[in-house]
Amino acid sequence: MADLLRTGLYDLHLRLGAKMVPFAGYEMPVQYPMGVLKEHLHTRAAAGLFDVSHMGQVILRAASGRAVDAALALEALVPVDLAGLAEGRQRYAMFTNAAGGILDDLMVANRGDHLFVVVNAACKGADIAHLRAHLALEVAEITDRALLALQGPAAEAALARLVPGVVAMRFMDVAVFGWGGAELWVSRSGYTGEDGFEVSVPDAQAVAFAEALLAMPEVAPIGLGARDSLRLEAGLCLYGHDIDTTTSPVEASLSWAIQKARRAGGVRAGGFPGAARILRELAEGPTRRRVGLLPEGRAPMREGVEIYAASEGGAPIGVISSGGFGPSINAPMAMACLPAGLAEGTTVYGDVRGKRLPARIAPLPFQPTTFKR
Amino acid sequence: MKYTEDHEWLRIEGDLVVVGITEHAAEALGDVVFVELPEPGTQVARGDEVCVIESVKAASDILAPVDGEIVAVNEALGDTPGLVNEDPLGKAWFFKMKLADLTVLDGFMDEAAYKDLIG
Repeated sequence: MADLLRTGLYDLHLRLGAKMVPFAGYEMPVQYPMGVLKEHLHTRAAAGLFDVSHMGQVILRAASGRAVDAALALEALVPVDLAGLAEGRQRYAMFTNAAGGILDDLMVANRGDHLFVVVNAACKGADIAHLRAHLALEVAEITDRALLALQGPAAEAALARLVPGVVAMRFMDVAVFGWGGAELWVSRSGYTGEDGFEVSVPDAQAVAFAEALLAMPEVAPIGLGARDSLRLEAGLCLYGHDIDTTTSPVEASLSWAIQKARRAGGVRAGGFPGAARILRELAEGPTRRRVGLLPEGRAPMREGVEIYAASEGGAPIGVISSGGFGPSINAPMAMACLPAGLAEGTTVYGDVRGKRLPARIAPLPFQPTTFKR
Repeated sequence: MKYTEDHEWLRIEGDLVVVGITEHAAEALGDVVFVELPEPGTQVARGDEVCVIESVKAASDILAPVDGEIVAVNEALGDTPGLVNEDPLGKAWFFKMKLADLTVLDGFMDEAAYKDLIG
């Protein structure tokens, strides 16, 4: 796997018996000897440790030294109320383009004198260039820190053995703690639908920190395979699949991430790329939207499967953007962008190997979330 | 037991051939979550796609190893596809075939040759 980057935990992954695959320019663990299914179930039952160091970590600073000024500047690129984001809190956002599509999705945290942003690995180069091209902010990519996610019902108890202060955090809080001489940047968030944390740790202490967690009986290493089935059960989007430059946030059923302040009549309405389309879709409704699909029977409907309104004839009404088997719901599951008029409970048909199989439009998430609000 | 280059095993049972996939194949597929079986009575030709296996990772086909008739399928795999990972050489047989001439099996690999193939 020449030319692929490695995270600081690469050797640890090999020691743990990981199967490594290329992902977004990195050599990453897709699974460990436990296997995708058991890793998934372990995360929902106890705690899973994920290496997400391939993701981009970026600090944005305004000349004033105030996070709110960086937030106001960043609002020019996202349809999200960031000026209203309190210190010590984090929010989900997306970079939009002039056509109202999505360039990437990201997490933004207010850390008092700056914003801390986490972006997708595959997009991070373009995102940083985008930030630098459009904002009069200091844009500093953090390249000397690993990013680990600890997810699941036992995540709090496990992490608290190393960092007792995390028990006071609520969902989407961010805080800084010391551990073994390292400064940990902790957020109570994740990509599994479970309670859990993401922890930015200096490269020098990253392996020791991961090993300290993995030494605990409830913590197991989890690869990208289970990360994908966990996020899909939780109804979360994967950039480049469920959302891309052609889907607007409204079509993607992400309107909840667009707060009142940025909507028509809000105190800072519009003022982001693609505002005309996005505000119109908020007012009038989109023509299509991302929905959950529960196939009847056991056959998974995977990405690329065409969806039809009827069991015979007609043109496709959409395509599955993510699909697979949900180990916790013990059933196949999928997401697709479909005509907005179709109500929950409607049966549509996926073309699987030339046969149209029924699937029901279902609410998301498939698996109830367990965030500690 | 005989083996194909598609990582299937073939076991003679009276005048029938029982077909399954090897441990190596099951391991490579990952956790199997769905198996689609053919209808008993189907006539198949060597290389026909007769079963679909879906794992947590991807879909794969099982090909008919020889010409013949599918005379029985392992219905247990419909309800318990995980048997393919638990017991690929035993409980997770896929189908039984009736062949015009069992000597065609002589052309397949024995265990030693298959082990050489998978290294």
